[in-house]
Amino acid sequence: MPKAMMKTFGAAAIAASILGAAIATAPRSAQAAGEAVPIPSYDWSFSGIFGTFDRAAMQRGFQVYTEVCASCHGLEYIAFRNLAALGYDEDQIKAIAATYTVGDGPDDFGEMFEREAIPADRFPPPFANENAARAAMGGAYPPDLSLMTKKRANGVNYLHALLIGYEDPPAGVEVPEGQYWNAYFPGHLISMPPPLLEDQVEFSDGTPATVEQMSSDLTTFLAWAAEPMMEERKRMGVKALLFLLVLTALLYAVKRKIWADIH
Amino acid sequence: MSGFQSDNAVVKWIDHRLPIFTYMNHELNEYPTPRNLSYMWNFGSLAGIALVIMIVTGILLAMQYTPHVDHAFASVERIMRDVNYGWLIRYVHMNGASFFFIVVYIHIFRGLYYGSYKAPREILWMLGVIIMLLMMATAFMGYVLPWGQMSFWGATVITNLFSAIPLVGEGIVTWLWGGFSVDNPTLNRFFALHYLLPFVIVGVVFLHLWALHRFGSNNPLGIDAKGPQDKIPFNPYYTVKDAFGLGVFLIFFAAFVFFAPNYMGHPDNYIEANPLVTPPHIVPEWYFLPFYAMLRAVTFDISIPFTGIILIEAKLGGVIVMFASIIILFFLPWLDSSPVRSGRFRPTFKWFFWILAIDLVALGYLGSKPAEQPYVAFAQIATAYYFFHFLILLPLLGKLERPKPLPTSISEPVLKGGGMMAGAAAKPMEKP
Amino acid sequence: MVDTAHGGKDEADQPKRDFLFLAAGAMGAIGTAAVVWPMIDSLNPSADVLALASTEVDLSPVEVGQAITVTWRGKPVFVRHRTEAEIDEAGAVDLAELRDPQPDSERTQKPEWLVMVGICTHLGCIPLGQKPGDPKGEYGGWFCPCHGSHYDTSGRIRKGPAPENMLVPTHDFIDDTTLVVG
Repeated sequence: MPKAMMKTFGAAAIAASILGAAIATAPRSAQAAGEAVPIPSYDWSFSGIFGTFDRAAMQRGFQVYTEVCASCHGLEYIAFRNLAALGYDEDQIKAIAATYTVGDGPDDFGEMFEREAIPADRFPPPFANENAARAAMGGAYPPDLSLMTKKRANGVNYLHALLIGYEDPPAGVEVPEGQYWNAYFPGHLISMPPPLLEDQVEFSDGTPATVEQMSSDLTTFLAWAAEPMMEERKRMGVKALLFLLVLTALLYAVKRKIWADIH
Repeated sequence: MSGFQSDNAVVKWIDHRLPIFTYMNHELNEYPTPRNLSYMWNFGSLAGIALVIMIVTGILLAMQYTPHVDHAFASVERIMRDVNYGWLIRYVHMNGASFFFIVVYIHIFRGLYYGSYKAPREILWMLGVIIMLLMMATAFMGYVLPWGQMSFWGATVITNLFSAIPLVGEGIVTWLWGGFSVDNPTLNRFFALHYLLPFVIVGVVFLHLWALHRFGSNNPLGIDAKGPQDKIPFNPYYTVKDAFGLGVFLIFFAAFVFFAPNYMGHPDNYIEANPLVTPPHIVPEWYFLPFYAMLRAVTFDISIPFTGIILIEAKLGGVIVMFASIIILFFLPWLDSSPVRSGRFRPTFKWFFWILAIDLVALGYLGSKPAEQPYVAFAQIATAYYFFHFLILLPLLGKLERPKPLPTSISEPVLKGGGMMAGAAAKPMEKP
Repeated sequence: MVDTAHGGKDEADQPKRDFLFLAAGAMGAIGTAAVVWPMIDSLNPSADVLALASTEVDLSPVEVGQAITVTWRGKPVFVRHRTEAEIDEAGAVDLAELRDPQPDSERTQKPEWLVMVGICTHLGCIPLGQKPGDPKGEYGGWFCPCHGSHYDTSGRIRKGPAPENMLVPTHDFIDDTTLVVG
C-alpha cells in the first residue's frame, strides 16, 4: 500500500512540476491593447556601476526643457540651486532664476505678490493647478517631469523612445483630432503633439540639434532630475561593496579559525 | 556551564540587584547550541538584525516625513533630494522591507523542512506566525505612507477586503478609513500604526526567543541533543558564524540599495496619489503576491447545490482563502503527523516540500499577472494544492511514509563521516 | 584563504589568529562608524533649509528711531534705525565696564543701522524694546523679561544673567535701502 501511495505521490509531484514549468514559460500574452510596447535599450552616460551624468548633455537637455517643454510641463521638485549639479556656478544660477517669477507673500499689506525667483526657489509650475492645465490643453494634463524617468517602467529608455517615436499611423488606423500616433506610447494615441523638431533650439556648444540629439540630452537631464543623488549613490556603493567584501572575507577567516577546534 | 563571574565591582553591584549580566551571559554567551547547525540557521539572527535596521531607519524617516495627503509625497521627495543622506536612509528602509521578508521566508521554509514546528516547539512556531502577520500589516501600512498611486490604490483595495464580511463589512471599512474613502484620516492612522507595530513585533520576538531558549534550537538532524558533547556554547561559535552570515547578507543588500534601489518597487508609486485615476494594473509588493494570487483565485460563489442559495460570495471566499492560508500555519504542528522532524529522514516529504516551494513561487508569479485566463485557472490549481499540502498530504504522509533510520545522536553521524547535505557546521570532527 | 588543516591549536598559529581577530574587529568598528554618520548627519539642516540662509529687507519705510523685526532662518532679526543720541551713547561706553567688550563700530556697518539676532544670549527668549511702548531696560536698548537681562543701544549685555552681546549676523547693504541678512 505505501508503495502504491508513493507512486501516486510521485505522479502528483511530476504533474505539479510540469504545472510550475508551464506557468513559468506561459506566454506573456497579457501585453494586450493598452499595455506597454517593448522599449528598445539605448546607451547612456549614466548607466552602469560607474556611470555619471554627462554635464554637457545635461546643460543642453536643460536648454531643451526650458525652450520646449517648460511651457506645458512643470519641474516641481527641482530648485534653481540644484542646477549646480549641471556645472553652473552661483552667478549663472542666479541669472537663470532671475528669468522666472514666483508667487510670494503676503507682504506688509496682506497682498500676495510676484517677485524674481532666487536660487532657493523651485521651478514655478506652468499652470496654477490641474484644472487650469486641462482647460488650457484641451482636456489633457501634461505630467510633471521631475520624476518622469522613475514613474514609468524602464523610464529612461521609454522617454527617449517616446520622444523620437512619432510616426505616421499604420494604414487603416484612424487618429482622432488632437491626438498623435506614437510607436511607443501605450495604446499609441498620445495627446502631446510631436514636441521636438529639427533645429528647434540652437545649442551654444555647436552640437547639431537633431531630434535624436535633443531627445537624448533631454532624457539625460530628466534622469538627473529624477535621481540627482545617483552619482553619489554609486560612488558610495562601490566603496561600501569593496569594504563589505573584505570584511566578510575576514569574518569568514575568523569563523574558520574559531571553528577549527570543533571540527 | 559555569555561572557568570565578573571582577568588575560595578558589574557585580548591578548584577546582584538586577541579574541582567547573568541573564545575558546565560542566553547569549554560554547558551548551549547544537553543534551541527547549518547556514540555514543564520536567518533567525538575520531577521532580528533586519528588524533593527528597519526600526532605526524608520525612526529617522519619521523625523522628516509629513503624514498629510497634501504633503506626504513631497516630503518623501524632500527626504530623497534635500535631507542629508535622506536618499540612503529611505532606500535602506525601502529595500530593507523586501530583504526582511526574504530572510523571514527562508527562515520559515527552513522550519518547514526540518520540522522545527514539532513538539515541543509548537508555541515557538505559532509566535513566529504571529510575527509574520504583524510584519505583513506593518509592511502594508508602510507602503501607503509615500502616498503614491500604488500606495493609495493598494490601501483602497486591501481595506475593501473587509467589505466582504457580511452585514458589518461596509461599516468596518468606513471605520478603517475614518471617512468614505482612503483619505487624510486613513493616512494619519496608518502612520501611527506603522510606527507602533514594529515595537509590538519586538515584543513578540522576545517571546519567540524565550520559547526558543526553553528547549534550544532544532538542528538539521531533527533529533534532540543527548548530552553536552552534542552542544557548543553560542559564543564564540555562532556569534562569529552569524557575523559572517551578516556580512554576506549585507553584500546582497548593499548591491540592491546602491545599484538597483527601485528594482523591487513599482514605478507607479513615483506618481502622486490620485483618487480619481486607478493605475491600469495594481500589484502589491512582491512579498504579498502569493497571497494576492490566492485572494483572486476564488472567482466563483459557493452555494448550496441545486437551490441557488449563495452561502459565500466569491469576494468573501477570496478573503477567507487568503487569511486561511496563513491561519492554517497555526495548526501545522498538529497537521503534520510524522514523528520525525527533519526532512532529511523523510524521503517522500522531501519531495513535497519542494513542490510546495515551487507552488508558492508559482503563486507569486501568478499574483503579478492580470486577473485573466489562463492565470486565474493556474492560480486556482496552485491555491488548491497549497491547502491540499497542509490539510491532506501532511496528515497522510506521517502515517504512510517510512522514514529513514535516525542517527542515535547529533555527534554520531558526524563521527562516522556520513555528514549528508553537510553545511560547514557538520564537517567531520576530530573528537566528540 | 587561511589554511586551517594543521589545526588551530598550534602555538605558531596564535599571532596570525590574533591579527585576524583584530583586523575583523577593527573593520567592524569602522563600518559601524561609517553607518552611524549618515544617520546623525540626516538630522543636520537639509539642503533646502540651508538654501534659505539669506533674507532681503527693504529699509526705506523705517524712520529714524523706529525698529523692525524680520525673520531670518526662522529667528527674529532686530533692525533698528538709531537716532544720533543712541549712536553717541553706544559709542561713548567704556569698553572696560562691559561683560563682553566690543566697540559699537565693530557691531555695525552703517552706524545708523543696528542689525542683530533678537535672541537673548542667556536662554533664548526674545527681548522687548522693538515697539515704542516696550520697556527698553536701564540702558535704553532692550530688556529681556525672562530673567532680566538689560542690553544697551548697541545690543550689548550690560546687566543681568546673559553672558554675551546679542549676535550680529553677517549682513550687507546692497544699496542705501536694501539690506541682505545672511
